[in-house]
Amino acid sequence: MTDSDTQLRSVYIWVCEGTWRASVDAALSLAPADARFTLLHVTSPDVPDAAHGAYAGLFGRGHRAADDPGTRLEKMAATSASDLLKAAAARLGRRCERLEVQGRPERAEVAASADADLLVVARDGDRTRLGPKSLGKITRFVVDHAACPVLLVWPEPAPDVATIPPPPHHPPPPPHHPSPPDR
Amino acid sequence: MLAWAVIRPRGWPEAVAAAPAAVILIAAGAIPAGAAGSEARQLGPVIGFLAAILVLAHLCDDDGLFRACGAWMARSSAGPSRRAVPRRLLVQVFVIASVTTAVLSLDATVVLLTPVVFATAARLEVRARPHVYACTHLANSASLLLPVSNLTNLLAFAASGLAFGHFAALMAVPWLAAIGVEYVVFGRFFASDLNTSDLNTGDLNVRPRRDRDRADQDGADDDENTRLPVFTVIVVGLTLAGFAGASAAGVNPAWVAFAGAVVLAVRALIRRRVAPASLVRAADLPFLLFVLSLGIVVKAVTDNGLGRALAPLLPGGTSLPALLATAALAAALANVCNNLPAVLVLLPLAAPSGAGAVLAVLLGVNIGPNLTYTGSLATLLWRRILRHHGSSPDLGEFTRLGLLTVPAGLVIGVLALWAGLHALGG
Repeated sequence: MTDSDTQLRSVYIWVCEGTWRASVDAALSLAPADARFTLLHVTSPDVPDAAHGAYAGLFGRGHRAADDPGTRLEKMAATSASDLLKAAAARLGRRCERLEVQGRPERAEVAASADADLLVVARDGDRTRLGPKSLGKITRFVVDHAACPVLLVWPEPAPDVATIPPPPHHPPPPPHHPSPPDR
Repeated sequence: MLAWAVIRPRGWPEAVAAAPAAVILIAAGAIPAGAAGSEARQLGPVIGFLAAILVLAHLCDDDGLFRACGAWMARSSAGPSRRAVPRRLLVQVFVIASVTTAVLSLDATVVLLTPVVFATAARLEVRARPHVYACTHLANSASLLLPVSNLTNLLAFAASGLAFGHFAALMAVPWLAAIGVEYVVFGRFFASDLNTSDLNTGDLNVRPRRDRDRADQDGADDDENTRLPVFTVIVVGLTLAGFAGASAAGVNPAWVAFAGAVVLAVRALIRRRVAPASLVRAADLPFLLFVLSLGIVVKAVTDNGLGRALAPLLPGGTSLPALLATAALAAALANVCNNLPAVLVLLPLAAPSGAGAVLAVLLGVNIGPNLTYTGSLATLLWRRILRHHGSSPDLGEFTRLGLLTVPAGLVIGVLALWAGLHALGG
């Protein structure tokens, strides 16, 4: 690694169906202009595996590898991933590296970005009701385990502060016994 | 022989082991030649029916029916509100997969529809997981409606003595109930995937796809390819109506399926859209031979002890508890070996209790396989052993989804069947 390389900040951007635009936009507006960008897409084997499994479950008919829908899904998933990375690179408009990884998204993402200076991740999760479940499994894992700072961005405009629910009407009753003095 | 069907050495067809096994059992006297003959005579029309349906589905695919479905799903899911796209697509997938499974059998959903659904999700830039899982689940649980939906149904249909229309009428509500359970569970289970979509993009339309290879063409959306094949749809519709009519008139509906397949095949051959060889291939002769052999082998095994061992477990009658127990036993047996042997074993035991018991067996063997993603523990275990790529699939997720849908689907489906039996008569 040369000196000039170590000066550059390495920014990883998680590219995922449905939310990648927000991640790319956040990276463009918040990351240093001279950063080295890496677009990271993770393809999970689960979906083709579900199709492989369903085909294997067709008892007595599963002898034609060419008909296995899982194989076709694998091919389509690869095409879709490279299309997505291409679109993300076009939106970014900077020199960047495209990284396509196979595995469970949350783990693969943390592993791939181990040496990054910043990881940009869009929230996934059920955001119709903000609370514990509005941070999905993948982003929750990444927030907990990433080896670098994580920039967590909203896929849509961030909610207004006014949307925070009011505090509970009935505050918890005071403890019956005074708390120990040495706290 | 079951082990062979699960392991499939060298990718050989299952019939390579099943046919000699049947011959050996007949030669060894485990099953008298006469009994084997009558079993074959009973299975023959069922197998012919199945072959006709397989060819029909193949011809529908060749004529672009599933591509048209994909284009329709993409068009009607894309809308002004991006956030609603994944959920709208899930509704379309449920409708298309349920109808495809019911009319053209579960094989069509698994082999022909699933890739189209994936391609559509990719084009809409929606996470494909809920939609693909829906296809694999509905291929089982939405295969309750018609005798043609599943080979297990065809076998039971022959054994139950019901007319085609009566079968469909009794199974309609359980079918809808099973699909409803799946939809409710999927909506909650995949809430995270279904609510993930960009709202900050005005520039997003259906992403055009380039046609690179066959896989890509599944979702190709040029208008030339994706017009609804009206002729094919009409033929399939007439075939369906013919099933009910023929059955009511005492004619085996297999002939109607055969006629429908012939009409589409002749048209496709004249237009040179298909080669004769691909039609023969679609009929899947090794599979038909496998079913015939499996029937004979299972008959031999049942007659030589398995039937006596299972008989006390199967409650008689068609009271609600009896139906529930029958469906549960069928689901358990389907999960241990597979639903085809399970239904062959249970049918002769359930048939004396009446059509209601036979249909309860079907609920068990059709919904039950969703507990494991390969339809049975035997297949699942073998796939675990074979697995050569490093990462193993997230079995926990499949199993949780199965545990949420299967027991609920079974109970609600049996309740609906029980109510239907009282309303319509078994």
